[in-house]
Amino acid sequence: MNVIPINRRTRKLGTVSAPTVTLAHGGGGKAMKDLIDDVFISVFDSDGQGALEDQARIDLLGLTKLGDRVAFTTDSFVVDPLFFPGGDIGKLAICGTINDLAVGGAKPLYISCAAIIEEGVEVDLLRRIARSMAETAREAGVRIVTGDTKVVHKGACDKVFLTTTGIGVIPEGIVLGADLAQPGDVVLVNGYLGDHGAAILGARGDMAIDSPILSDCAPLDGLISQLLAAAPRTRAIRDATRGGIATVLNEIADASRVSIVIDEERTPLRPEVKGFCEILGLDPLYLANEGKLVAIIPNNEANAALQALRAHDLGRDAEIVGEVTTGEAGRVTMRTVFGGMRIVDMLVGEQLPRIC
Amino acid sequence: MKYVDEFRDRDKARTLVKEIETLVGEIDIARERPIAIMEVCGGHTHSIFRYGLEGMLPKEIELVHGPGCPVCVLPMGRIDDCVAVAERPDVICTTFGDAMRVPGSRKSLLQAKAGGADVRMVYSPMDALALARKNPEREVVFFGIGFETTMPSTALTILQAEAEGIENFSVFCNHITIVPTIKAILDSPDMQLDGFLGPGHVSMVIGTDPYEFVAHYYKRPMVVAGFEPLDVLQSIWMVLKQIKDGRAEIENQYKRIVPKQGNNRALDAVFKVYELREFFEWRGLGSIEHSGVRIRDAYARYDAERKFAMPHLKVADPQACQCGDVLKGIIKPWECRVFGTSCNPETPLGALMVSSEGACAAYYQYGGIKKQAVAS
Repeated sequence: MNVIPINRRTRKLGTVSAPTVTLAHGGGGKAMKDLIDDVFISVFDSDGQGALEDQARIDLLGLTKLGDRVAFTTDSFVVDPLFFPGGDIGKLAICGTINDLAVGGAKPLYISCAAIIEEGVEVDLLRRIARSMAETAREAGVRIVTGDTKVVHKGACDKVFLTTTGIGVIPEGIVLGADLAQPGDVVLVNGYLGDHGAAILGARGDMAIDSPILSDCAPLDGLISQLLAAAPRTRAIRDATRGGIATVLNEIADASRVSIVIDEERTPLRPEVKGFCEILGLDPLYLANEGKLVAIIPNNEANAALQALRAHDLGRDAEIVGEVTTGEAGRVTMRTVFGGMRIVDMLVGEQLPRIC
Repeated sequence: MKYVDEFRDRDKARTLVKEIETLVGEIDIARERPIAIMEVCGGHTHSIFRYGLEGMLPKEIELVHGPGCPVCVLPMGRIDDCVAVAERPDVICTTFGDAMRVPGSRKSLLQAKAGGADVRMVYSPMDALALARKNPEREVVFFGIGFETTMPSTALTILQAEAEGIENFSVFCNHITIVPTIKAILDSPDMQLDGFLGPGHVSMVIGTDPYEFVAHYYKRPMVVAGFEPLDVLQSIWMVLKQIKDGRAEIENQYKRIVPKQGNNRALDAVFKVYELREFFEWRGLGSIEHSGVRIRDAYARYDAERKFAMPHLKVADPQACQCGDVLKGIIKPWECRVFGTSCNPETPLGALMVSSEGACAAYYQYGGIKKQAVAS
């Protein structure tokens, strides 16, 4: 593993003058050190922890002051295109890992970042991605403390793949689990669903639809701590990423052996996302989100939870969308706007548009 | 959303359902079997499941999900032919999204893509033509499927290619036509249908006149229907009203889109480019006379079937698969011996399990809610 965290004051950082990355930048020599210095270290706020070592070193005592369990997660990012309305792969990689920690009730603290770069990629593009990562991390109060860089042959990957791993601490007393939902609980979401999925599909450009839809990509840790303070008996939180809210609800219904009923009328969808889905024959319940959570809350804390979410910028459009019931275990259904009922099952493959 | 929400109004739906119940009460004179209404079009099947319409209707009405999913009725041999072309290194194969998953005897287009074939999803054949313009050194083949709904756009694309002199573009034509198929269903000896919801989008192109034989010769009511849930409910009401009055007519519920005479410009393009095939093979239904079209000789250079050598092997439907019986309304999807077991959306045996418009996939995904459970 290469060293990212260094003390900037003690050493002059290398720079890259070549416009594009070549295999030499992955060779382990000066070119690689310059690339890592120029692109990553110059912007990551590492605070000198574990400077120039092969690993970041984290003070145990500091962690134990924050809680009684460490949360640990990893995620890879291969989004295409790298830049899309509302975000980019760098912001996504940081938000994704922060959110995976936060939905477990953890306070996210440290992140590692591994980059696999295809030769021929512009160095400037990497700089933009790294800056975006640094900015997102800074805003969320997490530190990128270690990392790795590999350069691969043209065609061996698609431009840039990122893997981020994160560590956080779960405060004492917080116990969240997909298996803890109980009949009578309510289902909350923190706002409009499907924005990220629609933004990415629109940005790929092969649909010839100019969509003004922005990705909802955002770090949810602040929102979640506000939610848990207001509704301490919250049973479960999940971020509704790939597979959308439909997939998350199925996972919860299955793990808790309960039934979940959602109400189409109360499900927040932007008119433009609705329109996008109508035209393409997609179901917004299965579209990915990158800044949306699903929370299962006991009924008597539902209002407090809703108010707490709505008091936060990332939860202004929060809604109670459904409830947990005693119906068939593992079953998710939706009361349609039309008054009928339909089953909301797990998606089998990728959602493919219908032809007519 | 304007022009959408109006057609999904819950209160109007309740009123309509009440009126449907009243009508059914008036029709029901010691019937031994339910009133069977077939929605011909897969778009209607999708709406029916998407909005839970079946559960809202009285139990005396049985909706039979018809053959109108063009993806579902493609036989394996045609997929095999398309895969064979797609696997040529000089070819970019383009197709609509849900055609990618249809199983061939060896593989689907999606699997061919994973194996290295250049298969791309497009939203219009014009996008495929744009790819041909951009990649003059490659052969761009468009996998043309669909009823009269999509036929005009493929025809116009071929005409456009000719006007621009683009030579590296061709269409693998699998377009099919709805009327002979409805006739085949009506002629089937075990047919038990009392009325039809006619296809809305097809009719936007061909108009409502071509269905007259359904009323005159077979004495069955048909209502050309729109796709929003209120459209479907109102059309069911209109079919029931005809049954109650003892009428058999072709009525048009989807007047806001469907002109009686159809769309002449679209039809002109279709007749210019295509001619009827003597027979076309349907999955589950077998060979149906004059049910498919091919590209006319004048446009032969845009015909992928003539441009490339294709295996053209006939592949029998899997024996266990009962897609044909489901399509004809003889059995319900869950009565098929492989439904949900060896045939499921992950590994579909029959095509009805492939597209979300296919009756089996729709039941698998949305169905399974018993009528009594949603009587609210």
